[in-house]
Amino acid sequence: MNIIVCLKQVPDTESQIKIGPDGKSIVTDDIKWVMNPYDEFGVEEALRLKEKHGGEVTVVGLGPKRVTESIRTALAMGADKGILVSDEALDGSDSLANAKAIAAAVKDLDYDLIFTGQRGVDDDLGLVGATIAELLGIPQFSIIVKVEVAEDGKSVKVERPIEGEALIIESNLPALITAQKGLNEPRYASLPGIMKAKKKPLEEKTLADLGLDSAEFGEGARKLKILELTPPPERAAGKIVEGETPQEKAAELAKLLHDEAKVL
Amino acid sequence: MDGFQEYFGEIHSMVRQTVRKFVEREIRPFVDDWEEQGEFPLELYAKAGDAGILGIGYPESYGGSAGDTFVKIAATEELMRCGSAGVAAGLGSLDIGIPPILALGTEEQKSRFIPPVLRGEKIAALGITEPNAGSDVANIQTRAVKKNGHYVVNGSKMFITSGARANLLTCAARTGGEGSGGVSLLVMESDTPGYSVSEKLKKMGWWASDTAQIFFDDCLVPAKNLLGEEGQGFYGIMENFQNERLQLSVMANMTAQLALEESLKYAQEREAFSRPLSGFQVTRHKLADMATLVEASREFTYRVAAKMDAGKNQVKEISMAKNFACTVSDRATYDAVQIHGGFGYMREYLVERLYRDNRILSIGGGTQEIMKEIISKFIFESKK
Repeated sequence: MNIIVCLKQVPDTESQIKIGPDGKSIVTDDIKWVMNPYDEFGVEEALRLKEKHGGEVTVVGLGPKRVTESIRTALAMGADKGILVSDEALDGSDSLANAKAIAAAVKDLDYDLIFTGQRGVDDDLGLVGATIAELLGIPQFSIIVKVEVAEDGKSVKVERPIEGEALIIESNLPALITAQKGLNEPRYASLPGIMKAKKKPLEEKTLADLGLDSAEFGEGARKLKILELTPPPERAAGKIVEGETPQEKAAELAKLLHDEAKVL
Repeated sequence: MDGFQEYFGEIHSMVRQTVRKFVEREIRPFVDDWEEQGEFPLELYAKAGDAGILGIGYPESYGGSAGDTFVKIAATEELMRCGSAGVAAGLGSLDIGIPPILALGTEEQKSRFIPPVLRGEKIAALGITEPNAGSDVANIQTRAVKKNGHYVVNGSKMFITSGARANLLTCAARTGGEGSGGVSLLVMESDTPGYSVSEKLKKMGWWASDTAQIFFDDCLVPAKNLLGEEGQGFYGIMENFQNERLQLSVMANMTAQLALEESLKYAQEREAFSRPLSGFQVTRHKLADMATLVEASREFTYRVAAKMDAGKNQVKEISMAKNFACTVSDRATYDAVQIHGGFGYMREYLVERLYRDNRILSIGGGTQEIMKEIISKFIFESKK
C-alpha cells in the first residue's frame, strides 16, 4: 500500500517565541525549526504500515526551502521519497490555501492512505487535514490513536478517543487520517538513515508546476485574517486560602472560585 | 548562501535533532537518579547503538556511519546537554577503546570486536593509565609474556572509564624492554580468567560513569588479540590522542556553555536588594565575560577541528584548544556557582554538577601541563 504523509515545519517547542513589530507575526530569526510533532506520529505510523503491508511512503511538505530538512528527516526515518511545494507566492497563505496546494500536489499520486498531524503546534488550527480530504473527495478521520489496515489492504479501522470512551470507525480506502499523540512512539532518524536520506529523491514543485494560480495564495487571498497576537498572560501569584477550620477554608475557597475565578 | 564558512549544514542539524530527542526521551528524565546511583542502565548502550549514535565516525562496514568531524561534534554537544558529562563519557568510552583497533587491527580483529560495540551490545574501554604511570605512558609496568600461543598478562590499570562494565579493554602492556618501544596493545576480554575489576571508584565528578581499577593475574590472552606488531602500542596510543583531545575540548566548551545558560536564567529570576541579579552591573559584566570566552573558545576549537578534518597536522593547535577550553570552563563553572550563591553549592542545581564534572577535563586525555610541554616543544622548534 502506498501512503502519503503531509508534514509541516514548526518552531521547536523549546524556542522562545517573540511577537514581531507588526503585532501579527512572530520573529523567526533565532527559531529552530522542527517537524510538527503530530506529523511525526503520521510518519511513524506510515512506516509501520509499510513494514507490514509493503509499498511506498511519500512525504509532502510545504513552505520555504528550510522545510527540506524536515522532509529529509522523514526520509532518514525510512520514508521513500519527498515532495516540497515551495513558492514565494505561498508566503502568508492561510490553512485553506495551503491545503489546496497540498491537495494539488498529491491528487495524481497513487495512494491508499494520507496522514497529517491532527494540528500544527504553531497555529493550532487543525484545518489542513480535513480540507485536503474534502478537496480530494475522500473520507477523513481526525484525532486518531490507533490504525489497523485489513490484510487485503482495502479497508481501515481507526480509533478516536471521545470523553473517556473510544469511537471505532471502519472505512474503505483511500482515506485521510489525522494523527493524535498516543498513536505510536516515533523512531529516531538514525545516523545511517540520515546519510542514506541524502540519496533519496526529493522533488520541488512551484504553484505553476501544480497548475495553480498564484493569485489564490498568499496574504492577499487569506479568508482567515490574523488581527493581533498577544503573549499569554503572566501567571499571577497564588493565593493561600485563610480560615481556622477546614469548613471555613472550604467556604472561603468556594466563595473565591465563584466571585474571583468565576468558575463556579 | 552565507558569505562565510559554516561548519554545520543540514546533515549536522538532523543529527543534532536525533541526539537531542534521544537525550530528552532516554536520558534527561532519569539523569539525576543515575548520578546518585553512580551508573546508568546498560540498556542505554543498546538504545544509543540503535539510534546510530555510537557508530558515528566509524566505517559502515563495521556498522558505523560515515560523516565528518562536525557530525561527531554536533552529537557530543547535544549529548552534553543531558547535563551529565558522566553519561556522555560512559557512552563515549568506545571512542578511545575502538580507534586503536581500527588503526592497528587486522580485518579479522576489526570485524570481531567493533560491530558489537557499535550496536551497544558490548562495552569498550581503553586501559593505559596505571597506579604508577599516567601521563608517563612509556613507563607502564603491566607485563605480557608470550607463551604457547598466549600472552600471560600481569599488572593493573587505573581510572578506567567504563572499566567496571567493559567487555573489551584495549590495553597497553609491556612485551619488550624499557621505554616506549617495549609497549604493545592487546584487546582483553573481561571474561578472561585472571581478569578482575575493583568496586566502582568514588569520584569528584562524572558520577554516572563507572570508573574502576582492573587487575590482571596471570591473565591468558590469546596471541591473536595483539593489535599490530609487538612494540607498536605506543604509536597506537598516540594516534588517537588528537581526537580524544578534540572531544575533550568540545566537552569543556559545552560545560562552559551550560554554565553560562544556567547563570543567565538564574540572574534574571533571582532577586537581591529588590531587583534581579541581572540588574547589577557586576553580574552583567561577569556574564558578558563568560559569553565572550565561551564564544572564542568554541570558534577556536571548530577551526582546529576543520583543519584536522582536512587531514592537517594539528598536534600543537589541538593541545592549545584543549587547554584554552579547559581554562574557559574552569572560569565559567566557578563564576556560575558564584552567581548562584548558596544554591550553586546545592546538588539540585546543575551548576554544582558542572563545577565538579569540569575538573577532570584538564587532567584526562593529557593534563594541562603535558599540553603545555607539547606546545612549547613546537614553538621552540620553529625558532630554530
